[in-house]
Amino acid sequence: MKVAYYPGCSYETSGKDYETSAKFVCNKLGIDLIEIPDWSCCGSTAAHSTDHLLAVSLAARNLALVEKMGFDTVTASCSACYQRLALAQTELAQDKKLLEQVNEITGYDYKAAVKVNSILEIIACVDEESIKAKFTRSMENFRIAPYYGCLLVRPAKIKIDDPENPTIMDRVLQTTGARVVDWSHKTECCGASLSVSNNDIVTALVSRIIKAANVADANCIVTACALCHLNLDYYQSFVTQTKGALKEMPVFYFPQILGLAMGFSKKDMGVEYNITDTSELVKKVV
Amino acid sequence: MMQQPIVIDDRKSDLSKEVLLHSAQDSSLCFQCGKCTAGCPVAFAMDLTPNQIMRMVQLGLIDDVLNSQTIRLCAYCSTCSVRCPRNIAVADVMDSLRIMAAERNIPGTDRSRKVNIFNQAFLDTLNMFGRSHEVLAMLLFNLRSYQPFHNAKLGLKMFNNGKIKLKPDRVKAVNEVKEIFQRINRLRKGA
Repeated sequence: MKVAYYPGCSYETSGKDYETSAKFVCNKLGIDLIEIPDWSCCGSTAAHSTDHLLAVSLAARNLALVEKMGFDTVTASCSACYQRLALAQTELAQDKKLLEQVNEITGYDYKAAVKVNSILEIIACVDEESIKAKFTRSMENFRIAPYYGCLLVRPAKIKIDDPENPTIMDRVLQTTGARVVDWSHKTECCGASLSVSNNDIVTALVSRIIKAANVADANCIVTACALCHLNLDYYQSFVTQTKGALKEMPVFYFPQILGLAMGFSKKDMGVEYNITDTSELVKKVV
Repeated sequence: MMQQPIVIDDRKSDLSKEVLLHSAQDSSLCFQCGKCTAGCPVAFAMDLTPNQIMRMVQLGLIDDVLNSQTIRLCAYCSTCSVRCPRNIAVADVMDSLRIMAAERNIPGTDRSRKVNIFNQAFLDTLNMFGRSHEVLAMLLFNLRSYQPFHNAKLGLKMFNNGKIKLKPDRVKAVNEVKEIFQRINRLRKGA
């Protein structure tokens, strides 16, 4: 299967391990990710907080490039990119006048027929037996708190699963033999880009999430978003180091778990480049 | 402010219409159940709760609303939108209020000012290269908010993990992205 791929601006920096592990895993599953030639930024939070037309136009340029490639589906690993592309697509498909105006702004003749899927949906489409056939290691020592955050499940018009209790990632992770815990903070916001401007807010939000993962007796958190990963991975140190009672929670991306189960090395999966120490848990499988 | 009598000025009631125009959300539907505030992860840091903002939009209190911390502290997590029994996308209302504040060049104060500075820094790097540049956006934010060493510890950790790239990732057709900014600017100035 061939899918157009939108890497997003964090693909070589904060989201590097997500991008690399997702590519290894997709390759193994026979999913060909074809990068959009000369893609540009989706605009992210900054654009939609400043000007609606700017936000839709920045996303639309990339959707138009996908159409030009002759692809009908595009996927993004970053969930912020997914949300912006999917929201723009929904609006452009429903509003002809907006589409005309946006085409005038971007200089492209977009027909608004591209489907946007998150990489989680693309991987979850592979049937369970075919995924299981690729596994060489059991992840039974992992007690995972699956963390979806906001952008994949809200708002309703772009949700990939239930906005309050999604299970799509749970199901994918369970195929590896890992125990996926039921917990309260699956979709509670981590504070997103407030981590730059108002990081005390993010520390407060992350501390609640880490506490909930502790209460559920998880030994790690798994995400599908580069910004959630960074916030959970870094800001938990302010809680786990001062309050002592809370256990540190290594944070992984979901393809890293699949990749480790498939027999990929720690280095290929990038599990050693985290801020919170992952080595003790990873040692149990590699 | 909340202790003083609220004077409802008919000329100001255009606020809910402007919100409707921006977000397609009818704020008059809100009946103050407070579910948006109950589920809002950032409410503890806001000066006005989301349901207070909704009521003030109905009352047309434009200055208080656009100068609040709340409208820019909203992280667009959209928990409010999916829980609203009146089906109002409250997060979209917040988004339109931020946009209206930006249109009026309201820089904000304290926390909201910082959010605004970061958003602008992010867009500046996007406009320069066609893609956003994490390090430069952070640096611009630090300089413009007068806190040069803000988040330096995080930066160092990311550097050690090979997750910092200084060289910008430039779109070949960067002019196409610049054009998008310019065309929208012209449109806004003409309007």
